[in-house]
Amino acid sequence: MTTYKTTQKRARARVSAPARRPAGKYLAIVFMVVALGYFLTPLIWLVISSTKSNADLFNTFGFWFSPRFNLFQNLSDLFARDNGVFIIWMKNTAIYATSAAVGSALISALAGYAFALYRFAGRNLLFGIVLASVFVPSTVFAVPLFLLLSKSGLSNSLLAIILPALINPFGVYLMRIYAEQAVPEELLDAGRVDGAGDFRIFAQIAFRLMMPGFVTVLLFAFVGAWNNYFLPLLVLSKSNLFPVTVGLAYWNGLATQPGNSQVLYAIVITGSVVAILPVMIVFLFLQRYWQGGLSLGSVKG
Amino acid sequence: MSVATTTARMPRPASRSWRRFKRNSIPYLFLAPFLIGFVIFLVYPLIYSLNLSLYRTRLVGGTTYVGLENYGRALQDTNLWEGVRNVLLFGAVQIPVMLGFALIFALVLDSAILHRKTIFRLGNFLPFAVPSVVAALIWGYLYGESFGPIAQIAHALGLTPPQFLTSSGVIPALANISTWQYTGYNMLILFAALQSIPRELYEAAAVDGASGVQIALKIRIPLIAPAIILTGIFSIIGTLQLFNEPNVLTSIAPSVLNPHFTPNLYVYSLAFRSQQFDYSAAIAFTLAFVTGVLASVFFFITRQRGERQ
Repeated sequence: MTTYKTTQKRARARVSAPARRPAGKYLAIVFMVVALGYFLTPLIWLVISSTKSNADLFNTFGFWFSPRFNLFQNLSDLFARDNGVFIIWMKNTAIYATSAAVGSALISALAGYAFALYRFAGRNLLFGIVLASVFVPSTVFAVPLFLLLSKSGLSNSLLAIILPALINPFGVYLMRIYAEQAVPEELLDAGRVDGAGDFRIFAQIAFRLMMPGFVTVLLFAFVGAWNNYFLPLLVLSKSNLFPVTVGLAYWNGLATQPGNSQVLYAIVITGSVVAILPVMIVFLFLQRYWQGGLSLGSVKG
Repeated sequence: MSVATTTARMPRPASRSWRRFKRNSIPYLFLAPFLIGFVIFLVYPLIYSLNLSLYRTRLVGGTTYVGLENYGRALQDTNLWEGVRNVLLFGAVQIPVMLGFALIFALVLDSAILHRKTIFRLGNFLPFAVPSVVAALIWGYLYGESFGPIAQIAHALGLTPPQFLTSSGVIPALANISTWQYTGYNMLILFAALQSIPRELYEAAAVDGASGVQIALKIRIPLIAPAIILTGIFSIIGTLQLFNEPNVLTSIAPSVLNPHFTPNLYVYSLAFRSQQFDYSAAIAFTLAFVTGVLASVFFFITRQRGERQ
């Protein structure tokens, strides 16, 4: 089957090659390379700039290194600033993003599995409500959430941003679609005949089948939480609870105030590099998983 | 099959043996963690906020029920509609440009034109992994007149550097940041949809003498229309909520990026600078309503067009 397909493809390529205009092909390649340059240039600038001192940031060309390699000095300045608060911010972000991602992916998997494999009263209505909530702008929830959290005394703890992040309606939607594709309906009956309880069937068999979808939801929830700014900005007021996004924006605000600028630019730039590295690594190393899972939302959406 | 399972799992309410009850409650147990959180963190705040928007707190006289007065005020509030105008101007250009490029990239990646596809797929997508705060910081520096490389290059060439953070330049400047961040993400969604089209369809068309461009326009794009509509709707919702980038850039261009430059900035400043939580709730609901109307209009227009083809 596979060999047949490949030979057929090759044959077609040979036949249609003269018909395809090479000029158009080269144009497409140039276009793609220029686009790639656009997407990567700001990141290259960021990395180059993180190796410069404040003075060199202003005095040397932005897209090349200065003769003085200042990265290590910048890093030690970054971690020393405000009694090492940057490490606390990174730790907060790590705790927040990891627990939000693991928690929300698990909760979404359970809910998506129920929607996919069980017929129960209120199923369509509930799913409709969940789906509709995807389209409500988060602003509408943010202000009342802040008020409710501060009333309940949670507003000055990491739980204030972790708990709301556990509820991921789009994740439920994706897990339902994935479970429908990956878990055969007969599994439940077969498992019951063998005497397994429904939760054992889920934990030991179905969950494994749902793994690729689960990893996709997990990763995107991780990145969403790692990069989140709006809710933490609203809810948290103590700077030692900030995630790194809120912290960097706060330093940047200080940097642009007259008088402070000379000190903070290099620190903000170096801090930005440190803050984005974990997400980049996660994405690059787990690309096989999330790229497969991405097709879920689009195919049936 | 499905009829059989339905009757098996949903017995008449009259038969109420403990076992049946236990079995019927299983899906709800699976759903419980989500539903409990959904009610606490989404439904309840929504109702709370809706209720809040019907009151007004004054320094003298305290909190009083004012009905829809806050909404009447919102409708006449030029600050809100200026913000809505800004995000609509932003979206009217940014969304088509971004999705257009995302679609072209996806089509090229899905065809046999390129060899090292992974580099392009990941490279274009990489900005999505950058927090919008950091993206705004990077571009803020790149735009800067003091040590921004764009200004450096312009100076070296003897040109006047472009003014990004002025009243006319700031919307394109913000649109560029969003395009940079989200094109790759949309590209991947469209690419994934393209990958699921059976190859035989193209081969049949190619045998009939259709060109690559014709195949793209007549077969590939119509087949992934649902995915394109989905990316469009999410882009509309995201655009109307524009907050992070202008909020970060405010410190660089405070005169242009005022506290009501986007509706979301306005909600934020009403709630947290002037403590007008009730009025900010009304503004948030008005914004949600505008979003819903725009997203539905977009959905029905694109769907009708798709059906006509």
